[in-house]
Amino acid sequence: MMDTFAALAHGMAVAIQPMNLLYALIGVILGTAVGVLPGIGPALTVALLLPVTYKLDPGGSLIMFAGIYYGGMYGGSTTAILINTPGESASMATALEGNKMAKAGRGGPALATSAIGSFVAGTIATIGLAFLAPWLVDFAVRFGPEDYFALMCVAFVTVSATFGDSPVRGLTSLFIGLTLGLVGIDKLTGQARLAFGIPELLDGVEVTTLAVGLFAVGEALYVASRRHHAEEKLEPVRGSLWMTREDWRRSWKPWLRGTLFGFPIGALPAGGAEIPTFLSYSTERRLTKHPEEFGKGAIEGVAGPEAANNASAAGTLVPLLTLGLPTSATAAMMLAGFQQYGLNPGPLLFAERPDLVWGLIASLFIANGMLLVLNLPLVGLWVRLLAIPQPWLYAGILVFATMGTIAAKPSVVELSMLAAFGVMGFLMRRFDFPIAPVVIGLILGPIAESQLRRALAISLGDPMVLLQSPISATLLGVAVIALLAPFVLKGLGRFKANED
Amino acid sequence: MTPDSGLEQAGRRVDRAGVVIAAALAVLAAVLVWDASKLPSTTMYGMGPEAMPIVIAIGLVILAVGNLIDALRGKLPARERMDPKPVWRIVCGLALLIAIIGCGGGFILATSALFVTTSAAFGRRAVAVDTAIALVITTLIYLAFDKLLTLSLPAGPLERLL
Repeated sequence: MMDTFAALAHGMAVAIQPMNLLYALIGVILGTAVGVLPGIGPALTVALLLPVTYKLDPGGSLIMFAGIYYGGMYGGSTTAILINTPGESASMATALEGNKMAKAGRGGPALATSAIGSFVAGTIATIGLAFLAPWLVDFAVRFGPEDYFALMCVAFVTVSATFGDSPVRGLTSLFIGLTLGLVGIDKLTGQARLAFGIPELLDGVEVTTLAVGLFAVGEALYVASRRHHAEEKLEPVRGSLWMTREDWRRSWKPWLRGTLFGFPIGALPAGGAEIPTFLSYSTERRLTKHPEEFGKGAIEGVAGPEAANNASAAGTLVPLLTLGLPTSATAAMMLAGFQQYGLNPGPLLFAERPDLVWGLIASLFIANGMLLVLNLPLVGLWVRLLAIPQPWLYAGILVFATMGTIAAKPSVVELSMLAAFGVMGFLMRRFDFPIAPVVIGLILGPIAESQLRRALAISLGDPMVLLQSPISATLLGVAVIALLAPFVLKGLGRFKANED
Repeated sequence: MTPDSGLEQAGRRVDRAGVVIAAALAVLAAVLVWDASKLPSTTMYGMGPEAMPIVIAIGLVILAVGNLIDALRGKLPARERMDPKPVWRIVCGLALLIAIIGCGGGFILATSALFVTTSAAFGRRAVAVDTAIALVITTLIYLAFDKLLTLSLPAGPLERLL
């Protein structure tokens, strides 16, 4: 316990260095600005900025990425409230009530309760992260390669099959990602797989190329294909930004309850902020004293899900930092950010680079505070970004998307891959395949494979090693249950359908 | 996804796109097996590099069957009516960008071409205005990269003038 305080104080000393404060500020501004743009989430923001930053100092860049991560969440909720198009599924619950509030002229309080709720939840969840992480690190140092492999199996299944709309389509996405992960030179034997004699493919598929192609190019193509559908309507912010005493009274409990849903579910290797936000929404609807307002703009329905959303974003950092296990697309991009500097999150990083890890955690508190200031008084500024005409917006997004790839690898092969992934992202959106499992498959697949092969090499090829370790056996059991559950219980994960 | 307008008829009929997806997954699995078969197995203990592709290929075959069943039952989610023209325009813009970069035309020309085609795909007709905007923005980006971030973007005739 005391160790955590000491480490956190040390991290705070790192985080308040002027350069790191500047990085955090740049991060939250970029994150909010890009997060506000419709259709761009935090994952894409990090992906777009990764290639640009690889010459910067790792500590500062990671602090910046954390700021982008949190900023993207704040910006996304602004869009969800003012235009009824949530950029990510986690903001869907916010859009349900928030947009109704904005239409009723209560956009100000809706934005305020979402910003303050995000701040409260983010702060509590970051404290949770600071105290849970060292404990989990102590546990994780005992993990052998077979345990890591089993853990990744759990993440694969929960991310793709358990909580999606269709386990078959989720797993299909995952296996496409795993296939892409095979491309390139095998690290253990030096043999080329799926390179087809093309030298650029020997290094493997770049995570950023895949993510930018799937998210940015795919989204632009998808929006272009359905442009004839009704134009989105931007609700002006009317009324006071300040919440009345009544608003506060109705908001604080949902904030705390949302945090309680968001953080633990985010911290489990289950992935996604979708589940906690909808759990929070349905809980608030059940507990409210104003049931007649739900569906017409109830402030509880904004406060709870927004808090849950942010708490789970902080929660996903727990498995990411302590185990190197990304459970959302954004966390996968953060992992790519670490790898860009040759850093591997996990117990070892806590021991070797405590300044970096704790500086990052401490800067999350600072970023959260900055975001509250940036989002409450300055919300009018961000809203202007929503007024950019759609043709310029998407043309600009595509220029930025290709810019990253051109800066990193200006080759025809790499750019063709970007375009191909863009078309793939478009088709996946059209046929309703989830995108995040592809990214997670690409980034985790090679790690899982090398852990499995290491485990089997140590056991001299005996596959029973996977069942002899109690940790691994338990985790594999969890993975099997999580894989079969959606087929057995058709109701699980379907509660979303009842909310519309 | 909650599409509420312009739905295609989602019946119990065979979904042809779904069958194509299933076939594509099966082909991908075949490519994996073919590629893995060319790898010499040299590992004494445990798994060689050819083992994982086979495992993934088996998974892809199972998923191809799963997708095929969904398609034959017509169980795919309803799709919205789409307009293919803007999609092709943007793809052409990307092809143009790749061609310009490939021929050494430089960053500014390449990304400006993409900007203008995308903007046109989204329904703008003011090509001259958009071209001017695109050239200014991409020149600023080029300068920022070159001077501030010291990252080199590919240079063409326009970049050499700066």
